[in-house]
Formats: sequence, C-alpha cells, structure tokens
Amino acid sequence: MIRLNQVSKTFSGGTTPAVDRVSLEVPDGEICVLLGPSGCGKTTTMKMVNRLIEPSSGEILIDGKNTADYDVTQLRRSIGYVIQQIGLFPNKTVEDNICIVPDILGWDRAKSRKRAAELLDMVALEPGAFLHRYPRELSGGQQQRIGVLRAIAADPPVLLMDEPFGAIDPINRVIIQDEFLKMQAQIRKTILFVSHDIDEAVKMADRIAIFKDGRLVQYDTPDNILAHPANSFVSDFVGGDRTLKRLQLLTVRDAMQADPPRVRAADTLKKAAAIMEEHGHQSIVLVGPRGRARGYVSMQAARGANGLVSENHETLPTTIKPHEDLRTAVSTMFRHDVSWLACVDDDGMYVGYVTLRGFTRLLSETYRDG
Amino acid sequence: MADGVLPMLTQLRRNGAHLGLFLLGAWAWASGLLPGLLDKWDDIAFLGWQHVTLVAISGGAAIALGVPLGILLTRPRFRPIGDAALQVLNVGATIPTLAVLALSMSLLGIGDSSAIFALFVASLLPIVSNTMAGLRAVPPHLLEAARGMGLSPRHMLLQVELPNALFVIYTGIRTALAINVGTVPLAFLIGGGGLGELIFTGIALNEFGTMLAGAIPTALLAVLIDFIMAQLQFWTIPRGVNPLR
Repeated sequence: MIRLNQVSKTFSGGTTPAVDRVSLEVPDGEICVLLGPSGCGKTTTMKMVNRLIEPSSGEILIDGKNTADYDVTQLRRSIGYVIQQIGLFPNKTVEDNICIVPDILGWDRAKSRKRAAELLDMVALEPGAFLHRYPRELSGGQQQRIGVLRAIAADPPVLLMDEPFGAIDPINRVIIQDEFLKMQAQIRKTILFVSHDIDEAVKMADRIAIFKDGRLVQYDTPDNILAHPANSFVSDFVGGDRTLKRLQLLTVRDAMQADPPRVRAADTLKKAAAIMEEHGHQSIVLVGPRGRARGYVSMQAARGANGLVSENHETLPTTIKPHEDLRTAVSTMFRHDVSWLACVDDDGMYVGYVTLRGFTRLLSETYRDG
Repeated sequence: MADGVLPMLTQLRRNGAHLGLFLLGAWAWASGLLPGLLDKWDDIAFLGWQHVTLVAISGGAAIALGVPLGILLTRPRFRPIGDAALQVLNVGATIPTLAVLALSMSLLGIGDSSAIFALFVASLLPIVSNTMAGLRAVPPHLLEAARGMGLSPRHMLLQVELPNALFVIYTGIRTALAINVGTVPLAFLIGGGGLGELIFTGIALNEFGTMLAGAIPTALLAVLIDFIMAQLQFWTIPRGVNPLR
C-alpha cells in the first residue's frame, strides 16, 4: 500500500508549490494512474515516492513505513522504476540489465539468471535468443518490455512507472499494455503510473488521480471519473466522448441478458413465434443438441409460417464472448449492421444476448444514480 | 564464380605484400642501409629500450593520474570547477610539446626526470579532457534510471558511467600516447636519451644511416603502440557500446 499524506513540494526559487497538499492511498495490488496535463505535478508526485525528489512537507508511507526513515538507496531498491526513455544500460546484455538490482542486492548469481529467463518467458521473448543480446539489438517495444522486467526483477512490492509506454508506436503500445495487464494480474504489484493519455489511464487504472496545477482534483475509479467528473476541468480533460470511453470499461457480461429463450431444430416455427411474442423479441437463437448457437429465426420469417425451425433459420452474422468489452461489442454491431448480438462462451455455447438498447440503459443507469 | 573472386583477390594481395616486402628488403640491403642498421644494432636496442621506458613511465603516469582526475572533475562536488578546469586543459593542449620540454628543463634541469615530466604533462591533457567529455556525454536518462533503481554513486560510476564513456576515454589515451611517442625523440634535446639521440646525431653529422637507425624504429614503435591500443579498445569495451564491433 502506498499512502501520501498532505504531500507538498516547492522547488527552490519557485513561489507556487509544484505539488500542493496531495493525499491519496493506493491499495495493495492496484494500479493508480496519475493523470493530467504537463506541468500539473504528476511526475513530481511520483518521484517523491522513491525520493528522486524530496518532499517539502507531508509524509509518504509504503506499507505503513515512512519513506523518510529508509536509507535512500535501500528504499529505491525496494521500488521498481520504469521511465519513458527506458534507460536500459547499453553496455550490459539483456540478462545483466534485468539482474541489476538482484546483483547489487547480492542475490545468488544462478538464482538471478534463472529469474531473468523466467521473466523473459513471461513476455513471450525467447530467453535463448534474447538473454545475451545488447539493448541496441532490440526494437523499442522489446526494449521497454525488458525495462519493465528489470523493474520487477527483484520482486519489489511497489512499482513506479513514468509514462512507460509513451515513446512506443500506437500498435505496439496496445500490445504491451495488454501484456502488462496480463502480467499484473499474476504479480499484483502496487503501481503508481504517470500518464497524460486519458485512454491509457482508463485502460490501465484501477483508480485515476487527476492533477491540475499541483493539486489533486479527483481521485476515483475510471468509471466514476468518466460518469461523474468532479468539475469542468475534469470533464474537459476526459473529453466530450467520455461516455463512449466508458464502453471499454464494461464487459459484455455486464450488459448481457443471461439464460435467454431459445429454440431447437425440431421445434416448429409456430412455437418459435409464440416464444418471441411472449418475450417481445424480434428474433430467437437456434441452438444445437448440446446448446451451441447454430443460427436464428426472425419474427418476420416465423409469423404465420408453417414448418420446422431446422428448415427456416438463418445463420448468425457474428457472435461475441462475454469477456469482451462493450466497445468491441458496439463496433461489431455497427460492422454487421445489427442491433443485437448472441453471446457464446469459449466452447460456443449460447449463454445470452446483448442489445444496443441494453447498453444505453446500462450506461444511463449510473447517471440516474448520481 | 562470384564467390571465387574474393579469395583470389585476398591471395593476390597477400602475394603482392610478400613481393613488396621482399623488394624493399632487397633495396635496403643493396643500398647499404640494412647492413648499416645492423652495425648499429647495439645502439638501437639500448636507446630503443630507453625510449620505451620513457613512454611507459610518462604515459603510464598520465593514464594513472589523468583518468581519476577526469572522473573527479565530473563528480557533483567538483562540477562547478569542472568547466573551468576543462578550459585550462584545452588552452594547455595548444602549447607545442617542444615548448613544454623547454619549460620543463628550465624547471627541473637537464636529465631523465625533466623529460619524463614534460612527456607526462603533454599526455595528461588529452586523457583528462576526454575522460571528462566521455563521462559528460553519458545520457542523463541512464543516470536517472540508475539512480531510481537504487544504484549507489560507486555502482553508477563503475557499472554505468565508465563503461559508457570508455570508448571516448580510450580515444583520449590513444591520442595521448601518439603525442607521447612522437615527442620522445625531442626528449634527447633535454638529456632524456632515447632514439632521438640517433636521429639528431645523424642530422648533425649528416649521416643518413644513423638518422634512419633512429627514425625507422621510432616510426615502428609508434605504429606498434597504436596497434596495441586499438586492440585493447576493440576487445575490452563491451560490445553493446563499442562502435567498432
């Protein structure tokens, strides 16, 4: 747990504080994104945690212990640090870069080298091919992966990341962000993450801290920041399309109607029409003998028609998995010009459906609550 | 066919080199140069050894003092005077080595010690200034990353700063040794001995052979020392920061 208690910083020669009485708490295993325009004090706040910048007043506690009580190098060795410029040491191999902190902590060499190989495996870089390369022989994306591995090599409970993915091209950035989130799900570090990109913040954060002129203006979950901005600065900063951004915070599961009505191949169209009538639906999904989604029947085709479902169904244009986000779902709907999607699990079993109307209702619920 | 051309050229070049060497030897013998040199072999060996000793002592001392001095002047504590020191060194480097020798003699009198001192001063300047330049050119984000991870100043110097500055430092040492070896013959003028004795005697007596007996080994020695330094530079600088590899 990281706790900042009324932390301020005034640089020598400055009249106004760069960071002004900031208090916030990051629970164990969560990512807190410090967000704001340049010069808002977010980086200064982060650097006060590992005392690259000494606070002018206030206290910072890590797991209840005041950082001012640590020997400064000992403190830094217990905190992972990733910077935008990556800062891999060009004179060292990938292996030696990863093992820097374990080495200065005096770990057994065999143990730290084994750990380096395991870490590389985690980010899908083949240890045999990469351990003995030099940084200049890697792409930017590969270098930053190593930068992150280097920060967690000695298994510090806390990680500071200063716009870590800012210098990476958009395509690779998304890949590395996803990879990092997957890794974080396993390693559960407590992370302070500086960013100026609201989309990155929404994607990475468990909590977002929005800064303006050295002050913390709002500290909340991404969904609350987007749904209930504290003031006009925050709502301007998160953007006019903030409701659309919320789509990527919600998963299909959140909006899904579970245990939906369904028909089987042997059912008659008459029965299908009756079920649709009963639920007020315009179409119904046909499932196979074990429950796999096989197609659908529309009200138009079923009403007043005779015959079996097996002879009169259409194929589903597409399906979606419950763990995907609503942004993907909406995009899929628009692409296929449909207003509902059948949800299937990893085995292809029909588990529910989502509709555009359902999304609207879900998103507006929060506003009514507020 | 195409892959046969390169080995052929290599072969041709090697044969050419052998042939050239043979012709040079033949000419040297026929013109009486080689027999002349062999006559003076004892002198050459004795003075050559003196020559190497001068280089080793003055150059070694310059490296031993220059590199630590350059490191010291880039430490935070001395950073304010670092710039001034660099200016002084750069001005110092413009003084001709002959003038340095003369000044040294006026200070320490005639003999080995004044020669060694002058050579030491002349070699010190490029080593200190290159050490400083190399250390200052280490990108600041490397230092930030190192500090942020909890490297102590000593760790930073040994594991980050020096390895990344090493190429520039080596370049300074090579320049210094080139100046040193080239200046040693002049050391004879202030009583330092060395192969300069043969060169200047040859000139004074108008003895072509004597002069060459000093000049040729001096030239070979300069080439040899630079070659050794180049090898050291190639093999001891980590591959990741070695532009030669």
